[in-house]
Parts: sequence; structure tokens; C-alpha cells
Amino acid sequence: MDDGPATLFRLAALNSDYAACIDADRLEAWPDFFVDACLYKITTAENHRRGYQAGVIYADSRAMLRDRVAALREANIYERQTYRHIVGMPRIDPATGGPVTAGTVTGTVTGTGAAGTGAAGVISAETPFLVVRTMRDGHMDIFAAGRYLDRVVADVDGALRFAERVVVCDSPRFDTLLAIPL
Amino acid sequence: MVSAAVDQHAETIGSGWAPGLTRVPYWVYQDQAVPGAEQKRIFEGPAWHYLCLEADIPNPGDYRTNVVGEMPVIVVRVEAGAVHAFENRCAHRGALIAFEDAGSVKEFTCAYHAWRYDLRGNLCSIAFQRGVGGKGGMPDSFRMQDHGPRKLRTETIGGLVFGTLATDAPALLDYLGPEIVTRIRRVLHKPVEVIGRFVQPLPNNWKLYAENVKDTYHASLLHLFFTTFRITRLSQAGGVTVSESGAHHASTTIARAETQDSVYRDQALRADSEFRLHDKSLLDAVDEFGDDIQLQILTVFPSFVLQQIHNCLAVRQIVPRGVDAMDLHWTYIGFADDTPAMRTRRLKQGNLVGPAGFVSMEDGCIGGFVQRGIAAAGDAQSVVEMGGATAESQPTRTTETSVRGFWQAYRAYMGL
Repeated sequence: MDDGPATLFRLAALNSDYAACIDADRLEAWPDFFVDACLYKITTAENHRRGYQAGVIYADSRAMLRDRVAALREANIYERQTYRHIVGMPRIDPATGGPVTAGTVTGTVTGTGAAGTGAAGVISAETPFLVVRTMRDGHMDIFAAGRYLDRVVADVDGALRFAERVVVCDSPRFDTLLAIPL
Repeated sequence: MVSAAVDQHAETIGSGWAPGLTRVPYWVYQDQAVPGAEQKRIFEGPAWHYLCLEADIPNPGDYRTNVVGEMPVIVVRVEAGAVHAFENRCAHRGALIAFEDAGSVKEFTCAYHAWRYDLRGNLCSIAFQRGVGGKGGMPDSFRMQDHGPRKLRTETIGGLVFGTLATDAPALLDYLGPEIVTRIRRVLHKPVEVIGRFVQPLPNNWKLYAENVKDTYHASLLHLFFTTFRITRLSQAGGVTVSESGAHHASTTIARAETQDSVYRDQALRADSEFRLHDKSLLDAVDEFGDDIQLQILTVFPSFVLQQIHNCLAVRQIVPRGVDAMDLHWTYIGFADDTPAMRTRRLKQGNLVGPAGFVSMEDGCIGGFVQRGIAAAGDAQSVVEMGGATAESQPTRTTETSVRGFWQAYRAYMGL
């Protein structure tokens, strides 16, 4: 397809919007980056390699993402902290990434996570990320590095959304706690 | 002599700790002399330590590496039914014999000078032992059977492998006691498989986490999530079982709330809110053990935790990292015969635990709050008096009885 650059641009814009949403603490808007029947999971490279299914976060609906934000706002106790996401260039699976038009979401988004399955209208992409965490007292550290394994679709309103975002962290270690999503 | 040095440590570091279980001096989480004494007295002493799951090493030659306190160990399946463990330290120059987390081998070869060990940890060959061209090599008097890593005794229960260096440790089942054995077998009653592993470094002394897990009093006060969704409230039925030694415990929560209580609201505690879930499938639990116990947290002294929160099962290992840090090793498990629906249920309920757990994330930071809070208070002490002054089983969770049990065991092992 010849619209590769356009698709790449739209994906990059989606990622930068996503990162800004989290980093600016607009978490209430974060679930809107996903379709209703989505999969959002945070796991490790080792678990991913071994085929272990569990995540430190595992959500298979947008409602679960809303619940996570509500829990952070209303229930959970943790020290104030912020993230700075540095997100790299998406690498689109060439078997996908064709023209993305409104409504292509239908019936294709409940996949099992295999990237690049080539379902119509589904873009599979892999995008590296780095997250620096700044604590309340100013202490900064590299909190996570890894890659997003995404399946992106155009929702009924034409907006690109994640049908699946599997966050594969390079390290198995999560320092103290992971409150804010990656 | 090592033991004399430890005795000296114990004398120095233990001064001023009055007998009893209701006060814990803060220096025990701070003093640089404590970890070395703990290593000798507890981790290399007559206690049993979690090493791995049998499911981690199903076939002969399969091994995992782990640590017992600071001591690196290799756990290996030698043959069906035979699990061996030994210190992961070459008898030659002390290098790690195995440096991967896991693998499968016919024998172990140290990378440094290629000294080789069989699966039981016996030194069985030395590179160039007779030298080269009649020159060099080891003296004739060197006997391989006199050299080798320290070996641990191993025993298993419910697919958990435990080990101890101590020849005078009681048998594992005697160490645990009948009630804890029953509670372990209740959960681990058929083959398990691993569904995920995570490591959570915590900025606190390991004992603060060991206490936290045993502290049934805090669960519904710190963890709003638990309370609001009625996963556990202190007004629900349940209780705390403490082993006779005090060392181990199991706390349980029964599914039904006894009354529609207003205890929390009456005390204006943070733990009562109107917070509700949009996706209730998170808590779509089934009573898979058929006994209405929806939550069981079990500890084996000093550093093992078995967790059943609804259908979310995990083992946790506490790994000390010096006086003011530790790693918590999470292994999430399911049963090998899980249906896809049950497996999905476990994955969703996994959101409750681990570094991002709706419940567990607070346990991640609370130990650090204590470690920082006591920074200038080494001579002061904490109060552990909820539910009395002793460490016996109690039919309530509004108690710190199992925390006192930890200190009863700790002081006995440490000679403090």
C-alpha cells in the first residue's frame, strides 16, 4: 500500500497523544485510547518469551481500564510521582498497515496477541519506549524500558485506537510499585 | 570461629531488647551487623527455605538457581522423585557454578576453570588435573571428594521444594506443624504451572515485609480496595492460625460477611467508601476449593508466602538485600488442568496483587514509609499489642498475633 507514510504518521501521533495523556496526568482520558473489547497487559520480556500469560496489569475491557484509573484516584495509597515517556518510531508489520478507514474494527479485535496476523484494517506495530519516573522528592530513575506490541484499528468514529497493547518491559523488576500505567 | 563471631554480634546487637513479643526495637531493621547474623542463624540455620516449584524442574537435569538469604543455590531434579540442592559456588575459586535462572544440563561446569560437578553437586572432574606434558596439575594428595559446594537437605510439600543446610533441622512436616501442612495442601492439591514471574524491589528491611504479610490488622485499613469490594473486612468470618513455634501462620477469610456492618463508618475510617467497579468480572470468583474460604495468606518462616486471593494464586519469596532493601519474587501459578475460563479468571484477579496490584502496591510502599520513619529512632520500639501479648491461633483478624509469632521465632533463632 502506498499510504505507508501516512499510516506511520498517524501511529506516531497516536503514540505521542497517548504518552502526553499519561505524563500530563490526564488519566481519565487514557481508556479512550482503547476500543471497548481491548487487551492491555504489562508483562516482561522473559514472561513474553516463555509464553506466560500473566501481567502485572491485565485488562480485557475498557471498563477495566476505567476501574484502574478510579482505583488510583480514589482507593490506592502511593507517593506522588510522574512519568516522562520517550516513545520511539513505530515499526509497522508490513503484512498490515493498509488503508485504515472508519468502522474497520468490526470483529477483528479479539485476537490473542499474535502480532501481524494481517486481519483487514488492523495495523500491527512494535514501538520502543523509555519511561523516566520522577518522585515527589525529585528523585529520578529509569523506571521502565521496553516495547509496545500493538494492534491498532480505526474505531467507528474513525479514530485510531488500540485493540491490543501489550507492554513488554525489558526487565522483570518493578521498583516498589507500578501505579500509573505505562 | 564463625559461631563465636555471631555470638559476639548477638551480644552486641541484642542488648536492651527486653523479653516478650509486644515490642520490637527499630535497630533490628537498621543495624549493619544484623544481616550477617541472620544469614548464619536463620538462612544457614535450622530453618527451611523455599527453593522452587517442582513444576520448575520437571525432568532429570532441569535446574533453577535461587538464593537462601545471601547464599546462591542450585536446585536440580536428579531423577524422578529426587530433587537435590547445593550452594552455587565452585569449590575451586568460589565462582558461581550456574549463572542462568534456569536450564537443563547433564552436569555442571564452572565457567572459570571448567571444574565439573554432577547433578548432586559432587565435584567429579578437574581440568588438567594431571597437568600438561607431565608438568603442572594438582598434587596427588588432592582428593576431589573432600571438596565441593555445601549441600542442602531438600523436602517437598504440595509441589513446593524447601531446603536447609542444617543437619539438625527437624523434618519439613514437623517444622511446619500439622495445621500449616493442612493449609498448604488445601491450596496445592494438584499439579500447578507457572503463569508469570515478577520481581518487586522494596526499599525496606526484609522483616518489615515479613511482618506486613502476617499483619491481618492492616489489611482492611490500608487496602481500601479490599474493604470496599468486601474481599475482606475484619467483620467477615475468619481467623489466624499460628504454628506452635510461632514461626508460620495462615490467615483466612470466609466468603460471607457475618453482618452488614457499620464498623468502619462508625469510626470514620478511610476504608469505607462508595467506590464501585465498572467491570465486575475482576471479582468473578468461584469457590474452587469448596470451603467458602475466599482468601488465605500463609507464611513459612522466614521468607515464604503462599497466597490464595479468590482464584489468584501465587508464591512469594522474600529476598533480603542488605539492611534496608529487599526483593520480593512473585511467581503466579495456576493449575495444569485449568479451563480457559478459570485461567482468564486468574489473569484478571492478578490485578489485585504484584507490583501494580490494587491491593499489593500499598504493601510495596508501606515498608519504605516505616524504614524512613524510623531513621532516627534506632533506640525506640514499635508496639505489637493488638490481640494481646502472645502468639497463639485466634478466631479474629483484629490481632497482631502472627506478627508476634514471627518475633518469637526470630528471637529464638537469633538467640536475641
